[in-house]
Amino acid sequence: MLKLTEQVYDTIRRHGEETYPHECCGVLLGRSEDGVNEVEEAVRAGNARTDSAHNRYQIAPQELVKIQRLGRERGLDIVGFYHSHPDHPAQWSMTDFAEAHWLGCSYVITAVEKGAARQTNSFLLTGKSEENKSFENERMEVEALEAERCR
Amino acid sequence: MKIHIPTPLRVYTDKQDTVGVEASTVGQALDALTAKHPDLKKHLYSEEGKLRAFVNVYLNDEDIRYLPEKEATKVNGNDALSIIPSIAGGC
Repeated sequence: MLKLTEQVYDTIRRHGEETYPHECCGVLLGRSEDGVNEVEEAVRAGNARTDSAHNRYQIAPQELVKIQRLGRERGLDIVGFYHSHPDHPAQWSMTDFAEAHWLGCSYVITAVEKGAARQTNSFLLTGKSEENKSFENERMEVEALEAERCR
Repeated sequence: MKIHIPTPLRVYTDKQDTVGVEASTVGQALDALTAKHPDLKKHLYSEEGKLRAFVNVYLNDEDIRYLPEKEATKVNGNDALSIIPSIAGGC
């Protein structure tokens, strides 16, 4: 299961709207325990695939190193990633699958239709190795903001 | 020196996020890591013994593939290696 706050959820979706018609991407920092990836923070990343940003994304490894370092300083791990599918369903593609290598991490995809965020889904990359990995639909729990809870 | 392990590979390092090794080159550090944690090897290297295409290794902020001396690059105790699988995709 993927747990994230409403604030993180909104950040991810807004990022996809801002970069439309290009794909956005970013990293989810948090903690992974007992089959739950709990996100504390979504860190925006640049899309390194400037040659085909409307249907491809890549986070530069150097940026990933820096984000991993940032997480370490805050006591957080990389527990997932997010990206958008401009004018395309919120389902993983064969490209997403081929390029997914972080076993145990959540891959969140938001469909952005004509600039507006629609469906957001999460997929857990399961398996013990690159050779037997698979994507599973992952339940997503979005926690309401504290301020709203108190109303 | 320290080697930072990404979340998916910690299952092979007894859940450690950082492994300390004694080494004087990048190659020696990676060898020391896989000697300590042999199950890591097949996840980092192809059958031909080369780093898998999607596995990036950074010495501090430099990709070792682009260092002039690559795995023969000298390191000291203050350096850190980061193992970073790539992240990409698209619709």
